[in-house]
Amino acid sequence: MQATLDSEAAVPQPSVDRTNDFALKLANANGTGSASANSLLMQAIFRMGIPVSGKNLFPSNIQGLPTWYEIRVNKDGHTARTSEYDLMVAMNAETYARDVREVCPGGWLLYDSTWPLHPALHRPDVTFLGVPYAKLCNEAFSQARERTLMKNIAYAGTLAALLDIDMDVIAGMLKEKFSRKASLMESNAKAIRLGYEYAKAHFECPLPIRLRKMDATKNSILIDGNTATALGCLYAGATVAAWYPITPSTSVMDAFKALCEKYRTDKDTGKRRYCIVQAEDELAAVGMVIGAAWNGARAFTSTSGPGISLMNELVGLAYYAEIPVVIVDVQRVGPSTGMPTRTQQGDVLLCAYASHGDTKHLVLFPANPEECFYFAVKAFDLAERFQTPVFMLSDLDIGMNDWVVPRLKWDDAYRPDRGRVLTREELEKMPKFHRYSPDDELGVAARTLPGVHEKGAFFTRGSGHNKLGGYTEIPDEYQEVVDRLARKHAAARNFVPKAVVERREGASFGVIAVGGCDLAVREALARLESRGLRGDYLRVRAFPFGPEVEAFLASHDVVVVVEQNRDAQLLSLLTLETPVPKEKLRSVRAYGGFPLQASQVVQGIEAHLRGRPSSVRPAHADSAGHAREALGDEHANNGQARP
Amino acid sequence: MSFIKKPVARHPSLQPNKLGLTLRDYEGAMSTLCAGCGHDSITAAIVRAFYELDTPPHMIAKLSGIGCSSKTPTYFVSGAHGFNSAHGRMPAIATGAAAANRQLTYIGVSGDGDSLSIGLGQMCHAIRRNVNMLYVIENNGCYGLTKGQFSASADIGSKSKRGEANTQPPIDPVMLALSIGATFVARSFSGDKAQLVPILKAGLRHNGFALVDVISPCVTFNDHEGSTKSYAYTRKHQLPLVTADFVPHAEEIAIDYPAGSTTDVTLHDGSVVRLHKVSADYDPTDRKAAAAYLGERQQAGEIPMGLLFVDEAGVEMHAGAKTVDAPLAQLPYESLCPGSAALAALQEAYR
Repeated sequence: MQATLDSEAAVPQPSVDRTNDFALKLANANGTGSASANSLLMQAIFRMGIPVSGKNLFPSNIQGLPTWYEIRVNKDGHTARTSEYDLMVAMNAETYARDVREVCPGGWLLYDSTWPLHPALHRPDVTFLGVPYAKLCNEAFSQARERTLMKNIAYAGTLAALLDIDMDVIAGMLKEKFSRKASLMESNAKAIRLGYEYAKAHFECPLPIRLRKMDATKNSILIDGNTATALGCLYAGATVAAWYPITPSTSVMDAFKALCEKYRTDKDTGKRRYCIVQAEDELAAVGMVIGAAWNGARAFTSTSGPGISLMNELVGLAYYAEIPVVIVDVQRVGPSTGMPTRTQQGDVLLCAYASHGDTKHLVLFPANPEECFYFAVKAFDLAERFQTPVFMLSDLDIGMNDWVVPRLKWDDAYRPDRGRVLTREELEKMPKFHRYSPDDELGVAARTLPGVHEKGAFFTRGSGHNKLGGYTEIPDEYQEVVDRLARKHAAARNFVPKAVVERREGASFGVIAVGGCDLAVREALARLESRGLRGDYLRVRAFPFGPEVEAFLASHDVVVVVEQNRDAQLLSLLTLETPVPKEKLRSVRAYGGFPLQASQVVQGIEAHLRGRPSSVRPAHADSAGHAREALGDEHANNGQARP
Repeated sequence: MSFIKKPVARHPSLQPNKLGLTLRDYEGAMSTLCAGCGHDSITAAIVRAFYELDTPPHMIAKLSGIGCSSKTPTYFVSGAHGFNSAHGRMPAIATGAAAANRQLTYIGVSGDGDSLSIGLGQMCHAIRRNVNMLYVIENNGCYGLTKGQFSASADIGSKSKRGEANTQPPIDPVMLALSIGATFVARSFSGDKAQLVPILKAGLRHNGFALVDVISPCVTFNDHEGSTKSYAYTRKHQLPLVTADFVPHAEEIAIDYPAGSTTDVTLHDGSVVRLHKVSADYDPTDRKAAAAYLGERQQAGEIPMGLLFVDEAGVEMHAGAKTVDAPLAQLPYESLCPGSAALAALQEAYR
């Protein structure tokens, strides 16, 4: 049976050196303990100093459904997702047929040979490596649960032999992990040896796809975006957090709680310098954050798209009453419940203009966990400087997968920008305080906090108000305030994180992307360059767009906008919020739920630039098989971009 | 709604409280509600309660949702920060505010639409969390601002102004609160200031969530014959069950009542609520018995009034969250940020 491949898929050639340049996929059933084996493998490769990524493609389920883990190793740092698997670890009978199909020709497949393989599943162009894991583990372990769990650890041992993973690294990791559980350490070490020794005895090790120690990760860490976000909130000095559990953002608050327990609990009294409230829903979660921020605390909530939908009402209140709140949106696939465990960038427009009436928000777009950390801190500073809600849009891929990123740094000289807040002394000296007047060059007026001084008392309201803070239904008075809010938003363009621009000599087009598209786009641009197509690259990191975004748009005749949603939301936002003529823009989109691949970007861009729209096809079939990722642009036929 | 300032007039007989403030200092802007509205009487009772408790105005935070009732925070304690939020969302906003600064005194003013329909969930969860606040429902059985539709507290058979009878069963905030662990539950009547003021004072001092459901007739849409939330109906059917005296901390309890009919409940700050039971059968410190008794009386068509249940031993939100005594909003940044060395050390775990 032939794998369905398009022209873009790189068929591995035996002559090419594949050291530190390959991808594997591990097929498991959810809840069998495969996650620890898979992350052990990825971490071992990281510790060998080699750039690596791990993508967990998991179902919305606790136990039993198929789950996959993908590891990509690339010495040049191209670690975006790829579906060109050189090696498949097929441990789930349920998905076996599909998994066999997905291996690249010339690749390898590792399976449990305790039971005979059905001849129909065989492929002549793939090398099958059978290890009787069930048999080995049944003989070596007595407990039923242990037998299941250790099969995973055993295949990790086999991969260590096949890929030449440093066994000292693995031994060190097991020691760290199980330092307090000697029995677990022993069984894990035993299982690793089982798989390792079997491979050494039966196969030619290592395979041509193999690892060799490098020095590329020593200044890096392996961290997921949600943990990094939580760290940012901790370092920003957030004291109140309210949330409602929702995949894929739940681990933001889990991590924040763990960090606060560690760093914000008084050792003597056990008292906490934080308050985390699990709310009854997202309406309440954002309400609590608004209440806390109104009262002077740095406060945030974390959620995903469905939560943002519910929060829309009160986001408008925070915007209009000018209350600084931070909302972390770890995007998943919508609309409605959508696919909770799949990734997308589908909330760009929703967050930019959340709530009814005229509203516009500050939105930050981190591309990786490193930026999640720094942008989380920035989000609080911006929220308080501009007295407005700030959204930070991460996504499931960034938030829940482990990424190799540079070590996070902290400047101890940092102090929060609390914006314009009047002190008791300042209020004492003032003849009279008015909440929304006078404003400064950014359109921001000073606020007061409850409990400080009677002179600072005012009535915060979501109803129509004039610049003094009083209720109004008078057109001019109303407009004066909302016009200032628009000015404030525009002023923020010089304070939000600047877009990252990478230029190439002789570039003939520009590419704009956002957030987690970054690695795939950079890899795609490198590939295109080797084929004679040179493009400049701008990665948007915030809304409102800074002047550099307008300059980039102005300096290119053709700009391809790459994003992970169906409706070209970033492209739409660019046309709405910059003077760029629509005709300049082309759209490349992938939105099936798996992280973007360079091949998809290459195909999409080539289709636009070489005028070969007929060649645009979905990239390599994904593990969901039938659920192929749509991509490219159906509008390419007439050369028009979305929207 | 407009913003009408009250004329400043100082009556020589206005007595200053311990802070040197008079009743006038606890007032707010002129009410723009209908003349005779029950809500204005409640506002007057709130003004008196704060005045008598000697609360510094700037240490009060007054919050509300949307509706006639929710306008009233403008009409009391103009020296306090106010937050007129969104319909049914005041409990969450008050919860967050209380989380950020535990030293302020919180009062939330809501109505039956705000609390029992659109905000029912939020109110219930604020009760469950035992947020330290006084929560007043100004209950008139109808939506005033949108011209008199039935609310969720309208009784079966109660008639609208146009004569239409309500067929859906009411949500009773008192019974509901008791069933979900409320630690302070009272019902009063806007027309009975003598009963209401001590209840409000006790509720303000209660360490936790104090729910006070105040029947407050809507003179425009729900004060006619056939309504069960009218002045006449309430006066006729009220059953004064437990009257309360609020005795501030360290003040001698001088009121003399026959032995056996009173129960003293000592509040968190040492002050005392003295409860006078009209019925010997009723125990306002026994949740189950109280619920059973109230259910029975209500079945009989009576409206039990007074401080119906109090439990000062409930775990208040901050106690449950184990937060420090100082307001979180005022903690110095240095005590919140672990610093660069800690970050470097922590990252060894991410290798």
